[in-house]
Amino acid sequence: MTHAGGYIADPRIRAIEWLPWVLVVLCFFVAPTYLPLGSYVLTMIIFALSLDLILGYGGIITLGHSAYFGTGAYAAGIFAVRVTGEPLLGLLAGTLAAGLLGLITGIVILRTRGLALLMLTLAITSLCFEIANKATSWTGGADGLGGFTVQPILGLFKFDFFGKTAYLYCLAVLFVCWWLVRRLVYSPFGASLTGVRENNVRMHAVGAPVYQRLVISYTISAALAGLAGALLTQTTQFVGLKVLGFELSGELMVMLILGGVGRIYGAFVGPLVYLVAQDYLAKQFPEYWYFGIGMMLVLVVMFARGGILGIVDAGIARLRRRSA
Amino acid sequence: MQDLLSSLVSVAFHGLAYGMILYVISVGLSVTMGLMGFVNLAHGVFAMAGGYVMLSAMNSYGVPFPIAVAIAFIAVAVASMVLERLLYSHLYTAGELEQVLFTIGLIFMSVAIARLVYGTLPQPVRLPDYLTGQLHFLGRDFPTYRVFLIVFSISIVGLLWFGVERTRWGAMVRAAVDYRAMAQSVGINTARLFTLTFALGSGLAALGGGLGAEIIAIQPTYPFEHLVFFLIVVAVGGLGSLRGPFVAALLIGVADTACKYWVPEFGAFFIFFATIAVLLWRPEGLFGKAAA
Repeated sequence: MTHAGGYIADPRIRAIEWLPWVLVVLCFFVAPTYLPLGSYVLTMIIFALSLDLILGYGGIITLGHSAYFGTGAYAAGIFAVRVTGEPLLGLLAGTLAAGLLGLITGIVILRTRGLALLMLTLAITSLCFEIANKATSWTGGADGLGGFTVQPILGLFKFDFFGKTAYLYCLAVLFVCWWLVRRLVYSPFGASLTGVRENNVRMHAVGAPVYQRLVISYTISAALAGLAGALLTQTTQFVGLKVLGFELSGELMVMLILGGVGRIYGAFVGPLVYLVAQDYLAKQFPEYWYFGIGMMLVLVVMFARGGILGIVDAGIARLRRRSA
Repeated sequence: MQDLLSSLVSVAFHGLAYGMILYVISVGLSVTMGLMGFVNLAHGVFAMAGGYVMLSAMNSYGVPFPIAVAIAFIAVAVASMVLERLLYSHLYTAGELEQVLFTIGLIFMSVAIARLVYGTLPQPVRLPDYLTGQLHFLGRDFPTYRVFLIVFSISIVGLLWFGVERTRWGAMVRAAVDYRAMAQSVGINTARLFTLTFALGSGLAALGGGLGAEIIAIQPTYPFEHLVFFLIVVAVGGLGSLRGPFVAALLIGVADTACKYWVPEFGAFFIFFATIAVLLWRPEGLFGKAAA
């Protein structure tokens, strides 16, 4: 797959990189009725960013990233039920739990590659799903986990009925995550990660600590996914088994591919387009919706491997050539 | 003591039936993955399609059971051949990620089509009279259909093994699995071999899906729900081999049945746990060759 992204010499934030933030803030004022959907989109952007870090930059193909999202979601939920409803501590709990799981599983599974790695990610997700399904006294099982209250953020901002606080909360968390991922990707660490993706053998040959880099990035990615999961728990005040499902991993992959892999902003565009389209289409034509998703995946793989942003890039390049 | 023995026999028997079905469905996946290095997550789609074709032939058109089974095999094999030529063959040289995405896309589409045509409920299975009821054997009763499943699957497995081990076609397949470039250079038309093998594997999946409809219910979520098990059979057994997935399928069939019988509160927990352990111990699977 052609990846446009990777290490660049000049890591300064370009002017156009502020555009998404302007749009996101604008949404808050222009479309107040869509704020709950907006919060969900922002949460999924964080989740997609975390996948982009390992898939787009590290080249690790996983079918089980929802394991970490779900772990974060359940950890935040259980924390709210059993300890305290303080949201920031809850976020921390979700992030740490998922990060720890990511570290342990990463150390173990990243020794393998190819089909074995793919299978291991899938098996770990299935394992987590079974645990959540059966440990009903902690997770609520198939009924889901609810009935906990989330206290005001910092004791000041109460979660309101219209989702205004939730939206801004998600926005703030996303901003921090974006900054972190961007720093990471444009750092020497990110460069070596891109190197592993492009040519694993050569990275070994130049003496780069490939395995260690992969484990670190996997852990960070898992922690970010857990953060996204915890965010979902707090903004919806409910955790269902779906957060650990294979379908969610699949959907996440679709979103990232749709936006464009290995380029940070693909993780912004993909979930936005996918979820807004889903909001409009899925309720009216559920069958056609899934057919369309499948069709789109096949077409993207066959014809447009860079996703939406890849198409935009190609369009811009063509315009430039014509004007030159 | 008598109770324990009878439950042991029962678990072994039902586990065997389930394992055989798993094997018939998954063996094609093992061969196509070993032969073409193609990560075909959509393999379960062919099994589901086989189930739908067989059941609708029987339920809506009154086709007798043996003929319906044959129709399912042929229809799915032919359809998969078309798919292989039109789509799959373009992606043999593509990366793993493209193959994964492409086949997930196929799953989504097939799930949507199945839901549109058949609705979300599992399809009813109406077996012919001669396959219902119980067989009295060694002082115990066994459901006739399960006995039929086991016997039929064993004969299919026997045929398949004979085909691969003893015929010219089998020798060509083994040659291509071991060293594709060399096989090509001695004049084996590997592209055609791939197409035929793919069709056979898909046909077998259809057979497994159709015959196993009573054990693994045919419903639109089939390719998603059981994908993990098909993949486990292949990954644990080892790519490209016939024997590995056989052992793995039987182990999984018996272990899963045993877990559901004795410790239902753990669900499939042990299966996944064992899979992880095996793959860490031997990433190329129990009977697989070391990665090239």
